[in-house]
Amino acid sequence: MHELKLKYQGKKMAPAFNAFHTFLFTPNETTHGGTHVKAADDLKRTMNTVIMALVPVLIFSMFNAGYQHFAAIDAANGTPRSLSLFENFLTWDNFWIGIIKVLPLVIVSYGVGLIVEFIFAVIKGHEVEEGYLVTGMLVPLIVPVDTPLWMLAVAVVFGVVIGKEVFGGTGMNILNPALTIRAFLFFAYPTWMSGDKVWVHGAVERAGGPDAISGETILGSLAQNADISYSVSDMFFGFIPGSVGETSTLLILIGGLFLVFSKIASWRIMLSAIIGSLVMGFIFNQVVEFGWITETSKFYGLMSFDFWKHLIVGGLAFGIVYMATDPVTGSQTNRGKWIYGFFIGFISVMIRVFNPAYPEGVFLAILLMNVFAPTIDHYVVKANINRRMKRFKNAVVLPKDTDGKAEELKVETV
Amino acid sequence: MGLLSKKDANLIKDPLADNNPITIQVLGICSALAITAELKASVVMAIAVMFVLGLGNVVISAMRNIIPSKIRIIVQLIVVATLVIVVDQVLKAFAYPLSKTLSVFVGLIITNCIIMGRFEAFALGNGLWRSFLDGIGNSLGYGIILVIVGFFRELLGSGTLFGYPVFGDPIEKTGLYSFGYENNGFMIIPPAALIVVGIIIWVQRSRNPALVEEN
Repeated sequence: MHELKLKYQGKKMAPAFNAFHTFLFTPNETTHGGTHVKAADDLKRTMNTVIMALVPVLIFSMFNAGYQHFAAIDAANGTPRSLSLFENFLTWDNFWIGIIKVLPLVIVSYGVGLIVEFIFAVIKGHEVEEGYLVTGMLVPLIVPVDTPLWMLAVAVVFGVVIGKEVFGGTGMNILNPALTIRAFLFFAYPTWMSGDKVWVHGAVERAGGPDAISGETILGSLAQNADISYSVSDMFFGFIPGSVGETSTLLILIGGLFLVFSKIASWRIMLSAIIGSLVMGFIFNQVVEFGWITETSKFYGLMSFDFWKHLIVGGLAFGIVYMATDPVTGSQTNRGKWIYGFFIGFISVMIRVFNPAYPEGVFLAILLMNVFAPTIDHYVVKANINRRMKRFKNAVVLPKDTDGKAEELKVETV
Repeated sequence: MGLLSKKDANLIKDPLADNNPITIQVLGICSALAITAELKASVVMAIAVMFVLGLGNVVISAMRNIIPSKIRIIVQLIVVATLVIVVDQVLKAFAYPLSKTLSVFVGLIITNCIIMGRFEAFALGNGLWRSFLDGIGNSLGYGIILVIVGFFRELLGSGTLFGYPVFGDPIEKTGLYSFGYENNGFMIIPPAALIVVGIIIWVQRSRNPALVEEN
């Protein structure tokens, strides 16, 4: 690899070989510019940490894909099964469904995304950037399990090119590329992205037939004012239908804590987003409490849903932990992070409740706040400048006493 | 060119590429976003604008020495409005379904910046023939982008061109659809047009770096 890299030094394909080289080895170059920062956490390390935080979620999702598949078949046959972790969840049958359904999603996402990155690196003559490492892992986790692979490939090309490369690549993007991909899929192929058929493997093929199975998500059922048959612990541990990796709040929580303690992700954004969603959920609960809407209202199901349960169903937890905290597209200032996070939670729950067509508003909320993040930062910085200017103006500079009294220059600040 | 002098030929050629009203001057975006979901509508819109702009340029050019400059905008508006009403009525009489598709956007040709822009920038200062060529050139430049955008949006969004199925029948699952292909719903909605226009601009500027603005 070392020889190959040297051989291609300065040639057109050099970035591609460099990328493979640094992927496998420590770079053998030093920086030549004026600044030298020596730290262990380069971009690649950061990315790998996030991927490590995602691995438990991925493995769980592979089991869950199989479990939901068989559970839905059982339910359709009139023999609802009760969950038992070791007997019918952590089984090879379940894992096998995960391997044949989830793994291809991961492979396609990485394969296509990295090809696009390589092409751009070669055209522009810069190093291949590591930004796609995390995106490629997030994408398969936020799509329904039966997403056709070619759709995923088209969406990945779109997301990487339009969401990231046109802005100048990793670190320059305004929108989170993984969410751009999700949004593209959602608007391009809505039949594959929502409804009660896509969340469980096999449901689409069996639709209409005698062995039809259904896998409505909890939010979907709530939007139709239907009863939900999952317990709170099912929701928390993630034995529910949903996008591939979003279901297990417990593992997301563990991943989130890992990210916070490794200082990769901002705890401010996570915390404020949780607060934001709780506040909005609580407002809706109060609306129901006061009887402002009746049970016949189409919002009743979602509005009466306990406010803290919003966090453990759907993609809210996943979005808050892995998407909202993206350091590139989020706010940079500490105060900005609080505002940014708060509105992500707030708007997510609002979209969930008010727009039955989008039972999952998290990705839209995060994309919206991505757009506003620079504005928030701008005003936070400006407010800080104004505050200091005010302090400076109000400062009274007492004249030095020239009569020999050794009085110090006094500066009063307000 | 035998028919046109080199200078006159440039009036037609420039707006097609290096001085395109949509991709370079970024005018007339509104209609480009709104009506390009179908190729047919794009073509009709392009022809309508060509008619209005070509003829309007001639009319304004003919009157350019007698229009008091204080009220020239009003005069221009009257000319545009008259021509647009003619187009609208013709469409309503002979192509009613299409007129329904284009809906308000035929009327909004009046506010298309390209038209007022060419009146102001060119027709008020040039002779009849040159103004006519300029009008045709600019509306061709506008039309060509509309047709390109309409082509991609209709092909990818509905799988048809001019209403004829290209990829097979999406309901019967014939042709490409039997392999699991599906129409891209994203291309139907107006934001897709913005992205397609953006890609055209991107391609154009990377082919001709002279067009890239300094900043």
